[in-house]
Amino acid sequence: MKKFWALFFFFWPILAVYVCWIAPSRGWWFPSEAMSPLGKEIDGLFYLILGIVTITFVGTQFALGWVLWRGAVKDENEKAEFSHGSHSLELIWTIVPAFILVFIALYQMDVWMKFRVQAKFPDEARSAPVVEVTARQFEWRMRYPAPGKLLQDSPQPDDLYAVNEMHVPSGRPVRFNLISDDVQHAFFAPQLRVKQDAVPGLIIPVWFEVPVPGEYDLLCAELCGWGHYKMRATIFAEPQDVYEEYLTNLEQEQNFDGVVPETDEDE
Amino acid sequence: MATASPTIGLHDDHAHGHHEQSFISKYVFSTDHKVIGIQFLVTTLFMLLVGGALALAVRWQLAFPWTKMPIIGDLFGFLSGTGTSIFAGEGGQISPEFYTMLFTMHASVMIFLVIIPVLAGAFGNFLIPLQIGADDMAFPVLNMLSYWFMWPAIACFGFSFFAGGVTAGPAAGWTSYPLLSDLAQAAPGSGAAQTWWLMGLTLVGVSSMMGSVNYMTTIINMRAPGMTLFRMPLTIWSMFITAILQAFALPVLTAAGFMQVADRLLGTVFFIPADIIVNNAEPTIGGGQPLLWQHLFWFYSHPAVYIMLLPAMGMVSDMLACMCRKPIFGYKPMVYSMSAIAGLGFIVWGHHMFTSGMNPALGMSFMTSTMMIALPSAIKTFNWLGTIWGGRLQFNTVLLNCLAFVSMFIVGGLSGIFMAAVPVDIYFHDTYFIVAHFHYVLFGATLFGVFGAIHFWFPKMFGRMMNDSVGKLHFALTFIGFNGTFFPMHLLGIAGMPRRYADPYLHPWMEHLKSMNQFMTYCAILMGIAQFLLIGNFIYSIFKGKKTGRNPWGANGLEWSAPSPPGHGNFDVPPVCYRGAYEYSSPEAELVDQDFILQTEPPPESPTNSESADH
Repeated sequence: MKKFWALFFFFWPILAVYVCWIAPSRGWWFPSEAMSPLGKEIDGLFYLILGIVTITFVGTQFALGWVLWRGAVKDENEKAEFSHGSHSLELIWTIVPAFILVFIALYQMDVWMKFRVQAKFPDEARSAPVVEVTARQFEWRMRYPAPGKLLQDSPQPDDLYAVNEMHVPSGRPVRFNLISDDVQHAFFAPQLRVKQDAVPGLIIPVWFEVPVPGEYDLLCAELCGWGHYKMRATIFAEPQDVYEEYLTNLEQEQNFDGVVPETDEDE
Repeated sequence: MATASPTIGLHDDHAHGHHEQSFISKYVFSTDHKVIGIQFLVTTLFMLLVGGALALAVRWQLAFPWTKMPIIGDLFGFLSGTGTSIFAGEGGQISPEFYTMLFTMHASVMIFLVIIPVLAGAFGNFLIPLQIGADDMAFPVLNMLSYWFMWPAIACFGFSFFAGGVTAGPAAGWTSYPLLSDLAQAAPGSGAAQTWWLMGLTLVGVSSMMGSVNYMTTIINMRAPGMTLFRMPLTIWSMFITAILQAFALPVLTAAGFMQVADRLLGTVFFIPADIIVNNAEPTIGGGQPLLWQHLFWFYSHPAVYIMLLPAMGMVSDMLACMCRKPIFGYKPMVYSMSAIAGLGFIVWGHHMFTSGMNPALGMSFMTSTMMIALPSAIKTFNWLGTIWGGRLQFNTVLLNCLAFVSMFIVGGLSGIFMAAVPVDIYFHDTYFIVAHFHYVLFGATLFGVFGAIHFWFPKMFGRMMNDSVGKLHFALTFIGFNGTFFPMHLLGIAGMPRRYADPYLHPWMEHLKSMNQFMTYCAILMGIAQFLLIGNFIYSIFKGKKTGRNPWGANGLEWSAPSPPGHGNFDVPPVCYRGAYEYSSPEAELVDQDFILQTEPPPESPTNSESADH
């Protein structure tokens, strides 16, 4: 029975590693590869940590299994080792992890700064935002400037609005302002590896770049009420001309009302 | 306590000075730390079942969303006034706001009514005086109050389920971020229910604070002669450090709680910015800042994570040493690393807020401090492995639960590194990866430690043993159920599944995760059922367990020199401590032909020493 329990503690880490190994082929992994350059860097950091962590996990769990096995096969009457510890071992397992941890921390700084520190934003993302994204219970509202204009902080009469569809030009860094209309939300685009809370009272600049045109998911990641799970939207990354065409269409749609054309001035 | 030499008279005083207690003063409003500890233990075990039931309801919704929920789908007929179930109109399927309530209350119950009180309340109370050789706590009445303040807290939490209507319990998450929690219009559960929830939270805080003051005073002032700081068992060190954490962190949470109550009831705007329109209500007046709550909340709640872990670390160290018949490996490094965890624990709270919009430079400093806090945790893990190495292992329920603690703690610690790294946390924040991480620490580590501790100190509490075979079965089923439930959560997190979603499958790219969620739910049900083995074993053994003597495990601590169960006043002979708590298999012990030597036992080969300490 002793050996059974030692093997029990050997067995589960093997199973755990096996499950992680087959996970990508079963779809239990990232929803897609990172679709933004920054996302790729984040994934790179993830795999670096995953490597370090896997080695540590296997090492420590194997050590646990091994000391248990030794205890399980030990003669009943043999006495236990009498030891209060080892100064040199303590030094080793303090200094080595310390270096690894500090290395991990320092190694992450660059990507974080690129993502959040405005001075480190790419040039295009430091210019005016292309869209203001407003999170509210339970939808995403976009406010675009009229074609040819720049987005202002306060809404302008000729601004264009859309709900749950975020159109952005592909192939260049895109900056947008994130705000909240009511409670706290979070802008989460899993394929782009972007997440940023929308905090009531704050205007938060966020940027990403999508090289490949396509549709990407957008959802809410901060509990915002009963309909939290329903805040489903789509990010459309389009080549510049398609994007401009979208805005032009949006403008026409918004300014043209076949039934009551006079409402133009009321806006 | 006394440098005076123990006499027969004193002994009689201690052991028999308490005949005239009525049932009420002995078992209900008792000032005896042991009774209070057991009261805490029984209460928290009951709350564990409540929290577990809430968790199973959460799991049901995630596995079989919008189907009729067993029991709850039919329940509460009497509350709706019509005699039918509250969810009768929906065919027994729960509403999304009910789901948000379920996970909010699951976390609240588990954290505030199970984990914190079972460690500090139950084991802290029971063990501190016994392990340091005191006859009771420094302030017995305060101690009694700390238990009885739990009940108003439980009542407030309980009432919050119904205060705003049966389907509108508190639903802002256990973190209760404003504005969702601050403005009554923001959600069905943010009405009266949230206020009651905050009252409950405050009362739990009052209870913890009374305990904390008491523990610190007792440990500093009431140690037996010879019980120097570095002879204290690690359990006592961990309780001491936990008490300090509570004393410094709790006031911040209490203040924050009152600020939120004031925002809700008195019209203050601590957390409310201007011109916010929630659900067509009047625009807010504003001037406040929602992030302030997050800072205050996590300034308490991060140290609280260690409040929920350190005592288990201490107890596991004691149990491992005993079950491996070996001194703890690196006693002082263990003490220092616990202190380091406590110290660093105060400067890492920002890692909960990496995506919150706070100054990004803060993100970098919090990342570094968070990485550093992994270091003492790693040192402790290596020392536990060192303790097991070369030991004469007793493969019983206690050891198995302790091994699970170590093994699970490694997983919980390592998964934390992903989140500590800010860029990676951008992706993982608020996904199931986080849920996996903290369940591995709070359940995988702490609760397995508690299960071990229940089996280990049960004979001291009741004078009887718990059944070891049932204990092992409970361990195995819980371990399998636990890993089956929580390990896949890492993968869900990597797949991007967010927390707190009533129906993730609304999003087509997560649909394929449903079968995995169903598997996890089956495992969770297995784990839930397994807990009845523990409860059954616990209750049965109180009355029918095998009777036992003072020291059934052959352990060294002072508590094992007292009778099982100890009478009022604990020790029949006021103990004098001669050595540390971990001298298993020492040459001294061999002289008396044992592999252990009680801390109270005078050194066998040097009569002069024992004379001078005695007289």
